[in-house]
Amino acid sequence: MSKRKAKDAHLPIGECISQVHQILRKRFCHQQLPVKPEGVEAQHKHLAELLKRTVVHGESNSVLIVGPRGAGKTMLLRSVLRELSQETEVQKNLLQVHLNGLLQTDDRIALKEITRQLQLENVVGDKVFGSFAENLTFLLDALKKGDRSSSRPVLFVLDEFDLFAQHKNQTLLYNLFDVSQSAQAPVAVVGLTCRLDVLELLEKRVKSRFSHRQMYLLSKLTFPQYLERIRDQLSLPDDFPDGKFAQEWNAAVTVNFSELFNVLLLQKKETYSFQMMCLSRVSVARPSITPTDLLDASRFCLADANANMLHGLSILELCLIIAMKHLNDVYEGEPFNLQMVHNEFKKFLQRKSNSMYNFEQPIIMKAFEHLQQLELIRPADGASAKTQREFQLMRLMLDHSQIMEALQKYPQCPTDVKQWATSAFA
Amino acid sequence: MKYFTRLRVKRIYEWRGAPIGFNRKLKTSEYGSLSIRVEGLPQTTVISAGQHILIEGDDDDNPYVARVLRLFADESGVQKKAVVQWFVRVSEVPPSKLQLLGRVPHPQEVFLYEGRSCEDEVNAESVLRPVQVRHLDVAAPFPVSEDGDTFYVKLSWDSRTFRPVDPSLLDAPRPSHPSIPLSPPRSPPAAAPGPRGPARRGLPAPDPAVMRGAMATPASSRKPGAEAESLHSLTKLSASKCLSAKRRSATQRTPGVRKKLQLSSPDEPAALRDDVLQQQLEAELEAGARSATGASPSLPPRITHSLTPLRRTNRKPCRRDDVPLTPRSSRRRESQSEMDSPPAGDDPSRTSSRRKEVQTGTEPVLEVLDEEEEENGALRVSRRKSALKVSSRIRKQLNLLDGRLSSDEDEEEEEFVPSRKELQSSDEEEEEKEDEELAAKKSRRSSSSHTKQKTRSPRKTPRKAGPITPRSHRHATPSIPNRAQPARRPGNILEEARARLHVSAVPESLPCREQEFQDIYSFVESKVLDGTGGCMYVSGVPGTGKTATVQEVMRCLQHAAEQDEIPPFVFIQINGMKMTDPHQAYAQILQKLTGQKATADHAAALLEKRFSNPAPRKETTVLLVDELDLLWTRKQNVMYNLFDWPTRRHARLVVLAIANTMDLPERILINRVASRLGLTRMSFQPYSFKQLQQIVTSRLNKLKAFEDDALQLVSRKVAALSGDARRCLDICRRATEICERSAAGLVGMSHVMQALDEMFSSPYVAAIRSASTQEQLFLRAVIAEFRRLGLEEATFQQVLVQHQALCRVEGLQPVGVSEGLAVCRRLGACRLLLLEPSRLGVLQRLWLNVSQDDVLFALKAD
Repeated sequence: MSKRKAKDAHLPIGECISQVHQILRKRFCHQQLPVKPEGVEAQHKHLAELLKRTVVHGESNSVLIVGPRGAGKTMLLRSVLRELSQETEVQKNLLQVHLNGLLQTDDRIALKEITRQLQLENVVGDKVFGSFAENLTFLLDALKKGDRSSSRPVLFVLDEFDLFAQHKNQTLLYNLFDVSQSAQAPVAVVGLTCRLDVLELLEKRVKSRFSHRQMYLLSKLTFPQYLERIRDQLSLPDDFPDGKFAQEWNAAVTVNFSELFNVLLLQKKETYSFQMMCLSRVSVARPSITPTDLLDASRFCLADANANMLHGLSILELCLIIAMKHLNDVYEGEPFNLQMVHNEFKKFLQRKSNSMYNFEQPIIMKAFEHLQQLELIRPADGASAKTQREFQLMRLMLDHSQIMEALQKYPQCPTDVKQWATSAFA
Repeated sequence: MKYFTRLRVKRIYEWRGAPIGFNRKLKTSEYGSLSIRVEGLPQTTVISAGQHILIEGDDDDNPYVARVLRLFADESGVQKKAVVQWFVRVSEVPPSKLQLLGRVPHPQEVFLYEGRSCEDEVNAESVLRPVQVRHLDVAAPFPVSEDGDTFYVKLSWDSRTFRPVDPSLLDAPRPSHPSIPLSPPRSPPAAAPGPRGPARRGLPAPDPAVMRGAMATPASSRKPGAEAESLHSLTKLSASKCLSAKRRSATQRTPGVRKKLQLSSPDEPAALRDDVLQQQLEAELEAGARSATGASPSLPPRITHSLTPLRRTNRKPCRRDDVPLTPRSSRRRESQSEMDSPPAGDDPSRTSSRRKEVQTGTEPVLEVLDEEEEENGALRVSRRKSALKVSSRIRKQLNLLDGRLSSDEDEEEEEFVPSRKELQSSDEEEEEKEDEELAAKKSRRSSSSHTKQKTRSPRKTPRKAGPITPRSHRHATPSIPNRAQPARRPGNILEEARARLHVSAVPESLPCREQEFQDIYSFVESKVLDGTGGCMYVSGVPGTGKTATVQEVMRCLQHAAEQDEIPPFVFIQINGMKMTDPHQAYAQILQKLTGQKATADHAAALLEKRFSNPAPRKETTVLLVDELDLLWTRKQNVMYNLFDWPTRRHARLVVLAIANTMDLPERILINRVASRLGLTRMSFQPYSFKQLQQIVTSRLNKLKAFEDDALQLVSRKVAALSGDARRCLDICRRATEICERSAAGLVGMSHVMQALDEMFSSPYVAAIRSASTQEQLFLRAVIAEFRRLGLEEATFQQVLVQHQALCRVEGLQPVGVSEGLAVCRRLGACRLLLLEPSRLGVLQRLWLNVSQDDVLFALKAD
């Protein structure tokens, strides 16, 4: 096939596009690690050395990797492990246990998972025998029997570390750290978390046993660096089958969008979903990413769900929302009830009765309930369910700017209503 | 489980016959045998000296095994006592020591107990029933036996080592014959004594070698008797008929001969022991001392008595002879019992065996027995009467036992069949045996529903669970696989330093805790020496060496115990953090103490029994309870028990409790618990910088890896912050890594500074600085809103207004609500902001998790 042939082999455009999708999707969906982690070289080196010492010298360690979401904590760990696994000494010796605070929600489950992943002797098939207490003693005994020089080192990776700190008594953490600080089987405990205050979550005896090694992954990229990375992400690799297509693609990516990312970069969002969206717009008809794609995608990403919901409301419901907005202005955010909203609406009708029909109370009520179902309004704190529905206190969940924006886009919105929205006395 | 014990029936203990001796000094009267009768059942069991018995212990499933040496009643005549030689079951040997055995112990194996730490005087009412104990050669395989009531002796155990039981000693079956008072405590009853096997009864003969030893003692007149006995010993090995014949001949020999031997008995054990000890190369001064003190004074009178022909009269003087010997310190108790026992052992065993003969009718009635029978005629009648009442079940069982015994007798020595290779844990094996024996015992079991239940429940699991998986699971050994290649040794100075600085490295000594060490040491030592119990509460912030010090103390004490400076003791530790539930503490203690597994409730009951009963054979237990506060329960019953047991009279339990807080007893303990905890407290102060420095220096042990200033900096910094030695060591370790990377030879100030920075610097400022523009703007908006409101709390909606205004000021496009919410949430995820649940949308309130000054500082420097 042409794929395996020389670089400049020409492929039909459709195949090229599907190749592009395949390659970039893999990249964005974290299935493929970057060749070399960027911006975290120091941490990479530190972590690699640390784990290597555990494996080679049997030295127990514990470390926390802290960084905001999307900072590359898991990527860092995985690339370190990938690097280490290329050394046979590591490969043969290291046992790995991966836990996630979102999956192992309590120590009982976590212990079973550890036992299972370690393939200790009380595991038959995939099932771990014994009660919680037995499992704990068994695991601790197992670790206790090991010693620095003879047993295989175990790497514990605790993803979402902060959630483990919420387990009862922090038994698991205490024991892992205790093992790492006593002459037992060598272990390395690596915690990943995005909480900067994670140490304050630990009980003092647990904290004392933690080695206090922390790695902060705080991206310090400047705008050009950031741009460069996104380009790298979007570029096609050199070994893309169709050389010509790749060149064109890369050129398009490089040229197109320096200023377009501005908005995005100010927030430093994870760009993967954004890029994904751009990618999904690439098709046979439009074989490259254009600035418009990016703009659309960014608009799509940042779209306001609540404001979008307003577009689908009836005029009556919109009017009620506007009435609520005015009430909020008048009473400075105090909660309101249906009767107040209705009154406000009636005042509007008295002034500008020509464009709106005066609805019956039950209809108003129905519209009000619909708004509540959409969670555009919600009962105020402490509002008891006992009160009659008309008098139940509610709060508006929308910001003024959202209402105004929605009104601008609302199809065939009566001018009266628009005017009323801008001023309560219009 | 399967024993009589479980029957919650009232057992009645009665002396059989008149006192055979009276100790004037102690005001105790000796009896020949004891009959045990279960209320409502017609049959009686007779226990006489020389028999092996089961004694009620902490654990219903595993009663103690012992051999009766002597039976007596105390001065008031109310208390029935027995002096026994203990055998240790496998389950009673600490699991750690079992490894010394070098093989899997047979579940029915027992060890002759040679330790000195337990009393050999027991309440006779704790005797359950007779059992069979047989001696096996060390190399011989265990016979396959369906009998759960047969125990095998190969080795002796003195609480430190296993030694083979001298076969020569063992060959002399330690039975009832008056003349062979082989040191009863030592003598492995092994081959001898079925509960009522007629054959076992008269086979006395000490081994010639032993006798030689005995002859060395002053009592020269014993010689002929000794020969006779040795002759006798040969017979012992043969079949029962043979035995009876021999016995006849033995009896035909003048009673005087026997008497002589009997009289010399007190010193004979000592002499014997000497001999044996020499053979076994155990140089124990004590035994010598014992023989010196015990034997010599009483000898001359004995010789004179030996001439008197009449047994009864004879015996009494003998008893009198003992009088001067009796008052002894507790340490001498054992030797005393050795001396006292032979006379007692004589008669009872004889009667019992005689009874057997009568019952089975297989053996010719011996002349001697005839005599005795006449003497005891009245007694026997009454016994028979009572026997009528005994239920047929019990009789059946006894008969069954008897039958088995007599039929086994012939092959007793040859019947060694290789035992099953894969030996399971003792419990299980026993259970299995039980199963096989079920038929025999069913009747007894069914007699009490209570027993039935208890017996069944434990057995259920192994049986039902099928052969392979559960068993392999149950016996899974906890271990981490071994590594393929050996770990590398530290290569250079820095690596070496790092290895030594690791918290896990066990230092040779614990500097800076000498005073605490001394206090704890003397506390525990005094309790162990006195055989009493007590509590001590140790507190201190984490990382101040509490656990390390206590463990060091225990290491030293254990060493001392090995050196024989203090009595041996058991050390176990539990950790409140290493259990899933406070009540698991019971199960863990029990398992570490006896190796048996039980549920928390059952374990609590067993421990309660163990610590509250005046159970014999008890070494002091030292219990270290780490992280005590985790054992807190609403009712505090776990803590209550832990601190209550040491106050029991017979508990001999020392509890060392460790926790972080100094005022824990006042704060969370209710009065009755706090009161039992007592006032022996010790608090570990955080280390001062000098101490920290000393700790690091002593660990480095003259390894030159640190500049002095650097060390001092670390110590001062840590001492100022927490005084946590772990922190100090961790920082030093990190500093060596940094140093290694920078390729400097010695760890200097800069490396230490960097390490300190890494560990102690707050990440908030750095995090704010690296945040995105919008996030920074949002933080500024939060502060602006706080200032406007004068509160430290605002809703998102309010902040958003400020944020949008700031955007305009900065010349950026104002963010929308959802963008703003995204920013807010990202800050919340890092915990720079604290947020209400996000379902509240724009209404959610937010707080700063950092001080405003920090935020402003971080943003300004930008």
